[in-house]
Amino acid sequence: MENQEDRETEDVGGPESEPGPVTTRIRARFGDASVSTGNAVGCESVIAERDALLPFMTFLRDDPELSFGYLVDVTAVDRLPLDQEIRFAVVYQLYSYKHNRRFSVSVPVPEADPRIGSVVSVWPGANWLEREVYDMYGIVFEGHPDLRRILMPDDFGSYPLRKDYPLHGKGERDNFVF
Amino acid sequence: MNTTPIDKLAETDLEEIRNERVSFERTPDMPTEHMILNFGPQHPATHGTLHMVLELDGEKVAGATPHLGYLHTGFEKLGEYRSYNQFVTLTDRMNYLSPLCNNIGYTHAVEKLMDIEITPRCRNIRVALAELSRLADHLLCVGTAALDIGAFTAFLYGFRAREVLYDLFEAVCGTRLTTSYTRVGGLLRDVPENFAEMARESVEETLRATSEIDRLLTHNRIWRDRTEGVGVLSAEDAVAWGATGPVLRASGVDWDIRKNEPYLGYEAYDFDIPIGRNGDVYDRYLVRMEEIRQSAKIVRQAVEDLPSGPVNADEEHAVLPEKSEVYESMESLIYHFKMTMEGHGPTPPVGEVYAATEAPNGELGFFIVSDGSREPYRIRVRPPSFVNFSLFPMLIRGHMLSDVVAILGSLNVIAGELDR
Repeated sequence: MENQEDRETEDVGGPESEPGPVTTRIRARFGDASVSTGNAVGCESVIAERDALLPFMTFLRDDPELSFGYLVDVTAVDRLPLDQEIRFAVVYQLYSYKHNRRFSVSVPVPEADPRIGSVVSVWPGANWLEREVYDMYGIVFEGHPDLRRILMPDDFGSYPLRKDYPLHGKGERDNFVF
Repeated sequence: MNTTPIDKLAETDLEEIRNERVSFERTPDMPTEHMILNFGPQHPATHGTLHMVLELDGEKVAGATPHLGYLHTGFEKLGEYRSYNQFVTLTDRMNYLSPLCNNIGYTHAVEKLMDIEITPRCRNIRVALAELSRLADHLLCVGTAALDIGAFTAFLYGFRAREVLYDLFEAVCGTRLTTSYTRVGGLLRDVPENFAEMARESVEETLRATSEIDRLLTHNRIWRDRTEGVGVLSAEDAVAWGATGPVLRASGVDWDIRKNEPYLGYEAYDFDIPIGRNGDVYDRYLVRMEEIRQSAKIVRQAVEDLPSGPVNADEEHAVLPEKSEVYESMESLIYHFKMTMEGHGPTPPVGEVYAATEAPNGELGFFIVSDGSREPYRIRVRPPSFVNFSLFPMLIRGHMLSDVVAILGSLNVIAGELDR
């Protein structure tokens, strides 16, 4: 943890460089304050708000200048040790076949109210990806058609990829009942 | 007894049978009860441990609910407690049919995060090995898909050629399965002297096996009846569901990361991307067969003039120095220590990266968040099998029970990668 100071100065916000074409397009539609620049390497990225996520994602898919028709991945990051105000971030990786362009959207989700809109109605492929995030982090995707655990057993009590879940588990293996 | 001779079964009748399969609906005036059938977790056609609950109406599948997680190993959690080079060993165990592609995909992501340029020799070796792994993976996929349907011979032909490929992997990496061959900024070691020769020989062997399988299956009446029109995936659905790799291309979408977003210098190679038309099991088979031939072309080009020089990038903060230098030079000894001591090793800057490579099953992506320490803060694998398999309940609906193994084989679901 020797790099604690560097991390905080670099991680929160980051220097506002020239926004890319996708960010510009989003700001023209939703206003300048709608998204801030993310810190992904090698591709454009933004940090968006979780309110009105669905219209935002639908716009990313349907706008002819963006047309992100392919949802590559949905995952989450637990930022508990990073001392950030908002604990979780749900990260969407998008790709546009038309423009051969990748894009990443990060959406902060607070610990007290871990909810976010489901994008299954926008990209049906989000179904299992969102279930995995729910399984591993306990983030609830509202409007998901079938939000069940996917990799862990149904009666597993914890969310294993959270940073406060120990690597060796909480004794589930020792107390396993057939 | 009156039976219809087989040659009287005209092409139109077959067409009707196929249409009936696709437009399946329950007959309202005939009350029948649905039966629940457990497929797996121990079933030979799951090629791993996979469990599906099938809802059957007679012999037709009315619904399928996959239950995953039997091979869940927690690689993503484990990755947060391993250094960047240690994680390479975990990638072997994901898609265990082409571990080299996982090694290469992972180190590619870390190198992108750390902005490391690998050497031309390393790039060519990685391309050659990635394509040889693709050959091995496709041979096994086609072979087992045929085995599940009942064509045992194709499987044996594929396995014989695969053995030659695995001999090559053993000569290069020292192991057949858990290769762990790449390192951040380079490779574990250089390839043996006769690498180009061995690669060419194994390519020959693979192509021979491929043409044998081709003659056995491609125009085989039984094979075509079992695969044509089964598990049809439209191009729109394939895109919306995020299908990648041969599954996507069989549906007619011309997209391959090697062509569209070239990495490792793929833009310099001469090869084609095969595209299917109907998106059924048969087209997925044809796409894989053609990909074998195209990958063979790439391997030949990659080893043709293998550049000389080192395989490791000149980055003393990320790559181990040459052993001979460690014995003689003070700096190299220090760097060697700095790389291998606990709590030391390659350290990327703060940031996050998503990097994708074209694995045999499709887009294999690694999403890495670095907090500037020696272990990844968060490491996420975007497995192609996981996303492709989520299509399965949609593809099987309305087909016969025996088509379950046909569709499953064509998606090439690898349980290790599915559950991670």
